[in-house]
Amino acid sequence: MTILECKDITKSFPIKRGYLQEEVGAVKALDGVSLSINKGEVFGLVGESGCGKTTLGKIILGVLKQDSGTVALATRRIQVIFQDPFNSLDPKMRVFDILAEGLILQGSSEIRKKVESSLDLISLPKGALDKYPHQFSGGERQRIAIARAVLTDPEFIVCDEPVSSLDVTIQLQILRLLKDIRKQFSMTYLFISHDLRVIKFMSDRVAVMRQGRIVEEGPVRQVYTSPSHPYTRELLSSILEVYPDAYGQ
Amino acid sequence: MMDGTILKVRDLKTHFQTDRGVVKAVDGVDFDVRTGETFGIVGESGSGKTLTALSILKLVAPPGRIVSGSVVFKSEDLLLLDAERLRKIRGSKISMVFQEPASAFNPVFTIGYQIIEAVMAHQAVKMSKARDLAMEFLKRARIADPAKAYHDYPHQLSGGAKQRAMIAMALVNSPELLILDEPTTALDVTIQSQILDLLDEIRERERLSTLFISHDFGVIARMCDRVAVMRKGLIVESGDKAQILNDPKEEYTVSLLESVKALA
Repeated sequence: MTILECKDITKSFPIKRGYLQEEVGAVKALDGVSLSINKGEVFGLVGESGCGKTTLGKIILGVLKQDSGTVALATRRIQVIFQDPFNSLDPKMRVFDILAEGLILQGSSEIRKKVESSLDLISLPKGALDKYPHQFSGGERQRIAIARAVLTDPEFIVCDEPVSSLDVTIQLQILRLLKDIRKQFSMTYLFISHDLRVIKFMSDRVAVMRQGRIVEEGPVRQVYTSPSHPYTRELLSSILEVYPDAYGQ
Repeated sequence: MMDGTILKVRDLKTHFQTDRGVVKAVDGVDFDVRTGETFGIVGESGSGKTLTALSILKLVAPPGRIVSGSVVFKSEDLLLLDAERLRKIRGSKISMVFQEPASAFNPVFTIGYQIIEAVMAHQAVKMSKARDLAMEFLKRARIADPAKAYHDYPHQLSGGAKQRAMIAMALVNSPELLILDEPTTALDVTIQSQILDLLDEIRERERLSTLFISHDFGVIARMCDRVAVMRKGLIVESGDKAQILNDPKEEYTVSLLESVKALA
């Protein structure tokens, strides 16, 4: 069953110059992107900076409007986890209020109970609720952002580079948490990252983006073992493996 | 000088006086960089690896302070030199490439101007000679269009080209020791591999001694001969690359490598 279907999406941003901010041209951020995501899968979207992957995520979330093309979402229960947990949490709100905000907007009942139980999910102590974001490490903050997303009971989460500002040991913890949550609540992820290793670890299927287009798409194993597009091959050959065996015992 | 030690760091401590007490960012670090080798320091954020590099050149800003130790470059202890002597060494005998090429250049001067400035600060040459040197090193750094890059302002270059220009500037005074602090971290992977190729080529040609700092074990494994693993201001383990990667002794190194391998 398809949960998301994007057809031929285009999006340009104007280039403005000078004091009068005259439009002198446009950047094609998305140049005819189509993809479909099945319910329950993790769909990886990989590409280098400026390729349009975040723009696509924003259009799917409805934060940006596409110039043309259609987005068909089979659910309205959609959430987002951003890259930088230093910017995505309001510094003036306590953790309890951050976590409760979505539930209040939904008109939910038993808010305190739900918020408290979400702490177990992300392995933070009850005392965390009275603290402010700055009192937590980057990894803990990302856990809070994850709990905030999960609390509103979404079916579909756009994860936009959720681990790229974290150290490797913390990355792994967060990725494992995201995997567990997906399984436990049978959710669907659109997982956006520039890091091929992270995408491989997380995804069932993957699309490779470049300059506003998807150049290759397929099951992770197929794309990683027999890439068909030269750009995918270039990306894959840029991965620096730490093969201990390659350096001789 | 072929098979000696070019840099000897002993008991280096850099502390920060804060309202809540002393933060021991670098807390007793010892290591040697041998002539002609690439020595890597790997660690997670906050481990003190960048401050170690900055301390070597006495570039630590207050409230940070180098509280003890010695940094012997060839035969001089850099920490004992006066400002004038140190300025003669920075950017000439020892040069440094920083992580963020966008903020390492001055935005209001052209690339060519900034490289010439580096030349004139250290070499008694005429302007025309300095200009030739700047062009030559931009070419050596394999910038796509050196003549254009020379006249460009930093913002007109891509991230990769900017880092190439940075490398050109670091090499223009023929340093003996090159300190690279996360030189590819801000770049896309395909650009990263191009820059690492360039650094390989330069090291081979110039037989440069290099101190290479990175959080990325993949980059360290690719570039270094010997490696030190840093954590909380201390080197927890150091040795030949093969030994550290194949047979780490410390639990922290093991856990770090496991996180990397789990994602491989």
